[in-house]
Amino acid sequence: MDNGGAAELRETHCLKGHADRAWSLAWNPSPGAGAGPVLASCGGDKTVRIWKRAPDGTWHCSDVLEDTHNRTVRSCAWSPDGKLLATSSFDATTAIWEYSGGDFECVATLEGHENEVKSASWSQSGSLLATCSRDKAVWIWEMHPGNEYECVAVLQGHTQDVKMVQWHPVLDVLVSVSYDNSIRVWADDGDDEWHCVQTLTEAGNCGHSSTVWSISFNQNGDRMVTCSDDCTLKIWDTSIDLSQPKTGEGHESWRHLSTLTGYHDRTIFSAHWSSEDVIASGAGDDAICLFVEEKSSMVEGPSYRLILKKEKAHDMDVNCVRWCPQDPRMLASASDDGTVKLWELGGSVLD
Amino acid sequence: MVMELSNANPVVYEKKERRIRQAPENTDENAAEPIDQLEIFDHIRDIKDPEHPYSLEDLNVVTEESVEINDELSHVKVTFTPTVEHCSMATVIGLCLRVKLMRSLPPRYKVDIRVAPGSHATEAAVNKQLSDKERVAAALENPNLLDIVEECLSPTFG
Repeated sequence: MDNGGAAELRETHCLKGHADRAWSLAWNPSPGAGAGPVLASCGGDKTVRIWKRAPDGTWHCSDVLEDTHNRTVRSCAWSPDGKLLATSSFDATTAIWEYSGGDFECVATLEGHENEVKSASWSQSGSLLATCSRDKAVWIWEMHPGNEYECVAVLQGHTQDVKMVQWHPVLDVLVSVSYDNSIRVWADDGDDEWHCVQTLTEAGNCGHSSTVWSISFNQNGDRMVTCSDDCTLKIWDTSIDLSQPKTGEGHESWRHLSTLTGYHDRTIFSAHWSSEDVIASGAGDDAICLFVEEKSSMVEGPSYRLILKKEKAHDMDVNCVRWCPQDPRMLASASDDGTVKLWELGGSVLD
Repeated sequence: MVMELSNANPVVYEKKERRIRQAPENTDENAAEPIDQLEIFDHIRDIKDPEHPYSLEDLNVVTEESVEINDELSHVKVTFTPTVEHCSMATVIGLCLRVKLMRSLPPRYKVDIRVAPGSHATEAAVNKQLSDKERVAAALENPNLLDIVEECLSPTFG
């Protein structure tokens, strides 16, 4: 309903079921032909809930994944083909769930981290899974037939708790963000040896001055957004292919483009980039903000402007925001208030 | 288990006289009653120190003045003063303050817990840890730590 008017974010559904805070969300990227969108949510009640849209437009919880993790489920991630769901828990494990015979079945449990696992991410091919933990390490797992997972790399470099890992949408390049305020980029050297190929910090690269909580790439991966406890979002130019070995003098690298500041006054926990290039952020001030690139100001380099701030989007902190891949105008949010909300973005998002 | 006390001989301060909070003049029973500084202090003053049989008030770790509140913005800030600069219990005390206020205040409140500037050797690290709700949540799932917190909070109920 793009009527050229101002952008608006309308709450369409409030999904209740979690008995504790809702930490994280993941839309199934490939729910199957004819199927509607499928959303997974997880939280402090140690469960994962699967939400589906019925033909009449209502939403319901179709499955509750429980009794596998015995502590908080911090995050969840679907494989690119939509058939597997990885869930990361404070119990130091990551569980792999498969949808078969009408049920979700836990087909593998990845152990190795010393303490809380904070996040997991599948590579674009679906053959690699990365996990990260409060133990400061990032692990890369290779998937083999028969639900076998082999750890192929333990990446050390962060000096503190690693909050999130995210694969590049096109390349086998991995990004991790941490309580040590830095963003690290990892790639393999062609011989299956994984290395940190760049570290983005406050001192060296206009990076963050406190915990970096979340990261999201745009669709083709030439830009990414990060958000932090320093109450800013930062946009990065990621168009240089860091998976290729460096050649010659003065190599190029990823660089800071823009800092969005003054929009949230408490920790920004989540940021997500839609396929229509709208960036959503969710924060400890209970608000959701939406940003787009200011196309008319290219003279001074790219800049981003706020198109909408939804105050009191939830009764408590907003922990996660995720755009639906099948419907770029549908946003899901998860909160400390235990609810998951679905929003519809209406109006114009352009200049 | 024998543990070395991080402050073997703490100074015990005289308790302030307890003031009775005045009932609001407002006769409308449905009107929201604002929460004030003294009410917040009443929630936390009797928390027991993790290593001594004294309350946080006895040890001057918290005073009424250490509580700031903006009821309109639903914001509470508590600035506590560890008994010694190298107090290894600072994060546990901060955790007790956070848990107590989490349980006592309506969920709309945003609570910030800080050590007083200059009062602790690793002030920034302690403050960062106490404001990271993910690490606080993980800590509270640790049964040993939760036992310590519950023990410290037990004198504040009833």
